[in-house]
Amino acid sequence: MNEHIIQTIELTKKYGNIKAVDNVSLGIRRGEIFGLLGPNGAGKTTIIKMLATLLKPTSGFAEVWHHNILKEQDAVRRSIGIVFQDPSVDTELTGRENLDFHARMYGLNKEVREKRIAEVLDLVELNDRAKAFVKFYSGGMQRRLEIARGLMHYPKVLFLDEPTLGLDAQTRHRIWEYIKRLNNAQKVTVVLTTHYMEEADYLCDRVAIIDHGKIIALDKPNNLKNAIGEDIISVQVSDGGKFSDILTKIEFIKRIRLHDDFLFLSVENGEKMIPRILRLAHEEGVLVHSVSLRKPTLEDVFLTFTGRTIREQEAGVKEQIRMKAKASMRMGGKR
Amino acid sequence: MKSLDFTAIYTIWLREMKRFFRARSRLIGSLAMPLFFLLFLGMGFDAAFKFSDMPPGVNYIAFLAPGIIGMALLFNSITSGLSVIWDRQFGFLKEIMVAPVSRVSIVLGKTLGGMTTALLQGFLILLIVVGLGCFKITGVIGFLSAVICMILIATSFVCLGLIFASIINDMQGFHLIMTLFTFPIFILSSALFPLERLPLWLKYLSYINPLTYGVDGLRYCLIGMAHFSLTLDLFVLVCFCIFMIGLSTYFFGNVEVD
Repeated sequence: MNEHIIQTIELTKKYGNIKAVDNVSLGIRRGEIFGLLGPNGAGKTTIIKMLATLLKPTSGFAEVWHHNILKEQDAVRRSIGIVFQDPSVDTELTGRENLDFHARMYGLNKEVREKRIAEVLDLVELNDRAKAFVKFYSGGMQRRLEIARGLMHYPKVLFLDEPTLGLDAQTRHRIWEYIKRLNNAQKVTVVLTTHYMEEADYLCDRVAIIDHGKIIALDKPNNLKNAIGEDIISVQVSDGGKFSDILTKIEFIKRIRLHDDFLFLSVENGEKMIPRILRLAHEEGVLVHSVSLRKPTLEDVFLTFTGRTIREQEAGVKEQIRMKAKASMRMGGKR
Repeated sequence: MKSLDFTAIYTIWLREMKRFFRARSRLIGSLAMPLFFLLFLGMGFDAAFKFSDMPPGVNYIAFLAPGIIGMALLFNSITSGLSVIWDRQFGFLKEIMVAPVSRVSIVLGKTLGGMTTALLQGFLILLIVVGLGCFKITGVIGFLSAVICMILIATSFVCLGLIFASIINDMQGFHLIMTLFTFPIFILSSALFPLERLPLWLKYLSYINPLTYGVDGLRYCLIGMAHFSLTLDLFVLVCFCIFMIGLSTYFFGNVEVD
């Protein structure tokens, strides 16, 4: 079952001199949930749009369900469903009418149409609101309707571009369940983009971490986490630099990262190491504000590969300056 | 890819119809302006001036009425381009563009939709005008020729609206360009005054205005008064219409969605 149903070879999209997507070669397997994980502006959406024939690549090539995205656009369009990042439903129509429009555009006959509309409405539990105008739907309901619509024409691949962006935690979990369910029950291959680590971790069979248009890691979430190793103890101390120097001499600590006044220590059996670290801090006269233990997450994977956290990356330059200014004001106030 | 997909054309048309009949305020609003023009401007001018070129039995309001039908068609046709802008702003255009349907079919669906709504409004104005007694419809042939003129006017200017919508991305911009184009086209179309006594430069401007031939054709069919022959009117309208369909397909085919 390792057949690739999406294959890209050196796929590249340039905007002027900027490479939004830079030589991406990847294969997506039939039946899997595949995640493109990366910060905003990393090129995830651009990849999806090229695969969905909405954008033409600058160079390189891709096949979806064995159809060339440049030469067989209609065949590609027929075999994919897509849920865009921004809403794309007609709010002046009812939920049912939106599905009906889609079904007709994809040439489903009346019988199939009726049957399929009932099925997909059932899947996303929108039966009772099908006759209401979409303008009266909540954000979560609209997203569910769009997922249902993406499935209408029995696509082989469903693209979900940031499927839970802007939704509250409860709704997000519900959407996750739908995605799992449609992947299981409808045997649809799912390709999703996200910048939520926990979403990629929870949903995806395999994840490609993407940054500045390049794929920097691709594997099962567990393998990615194991690859960067062990548990992480984060210690907030009064003098991070000094304590860091002391800890470098300790052998059971494999890696140290300093981030403001936080130290991130990679160790094995983290829970047993915490007392030893605290004792050491006490002996050296370093004040410890807080300690926490974490098993590795995809966030750490991202950090390891790029040297930044995904959230840092996200905040624009202006925002970062503003945040720093705020932080220093706050500290000044305390002193 | 190049082929016509009739189901898709029908589907797009059907959606336009649903949206049109649900927006009643829009319908009433679009009828109000032509009627204001007809009643207030018509009555006012009829009372204030004596138009010298009118054939016996034709008053100014009767002269104005076909022009007002042309005006309603012009305004409502171009406005239908707004539906594309709306679709783009609300993201629905992506849903249309990602469907396995040729671009020509999408243009035709949108054109037919806009044409139908514009014609419906045109016919409503016609009905009201006849009801008000501005003129009488005398023969079937005259009426059918008028319908043909109306269809040609509507189609041409719906295409113009689609072209604007392909180039312009926002509502404000569209409204601005629309006003910039529609008012000169309307005023210089002989809808409000006869062409005979115009200064030469204004006359030439009217001659290159396609709506002039539409209004002239309508006026000939409805009240039997004309500046050109009906054959010339229809010839110019048909040529313009075909040209606009081609142009709008070209522009719409190059629309990128992001």
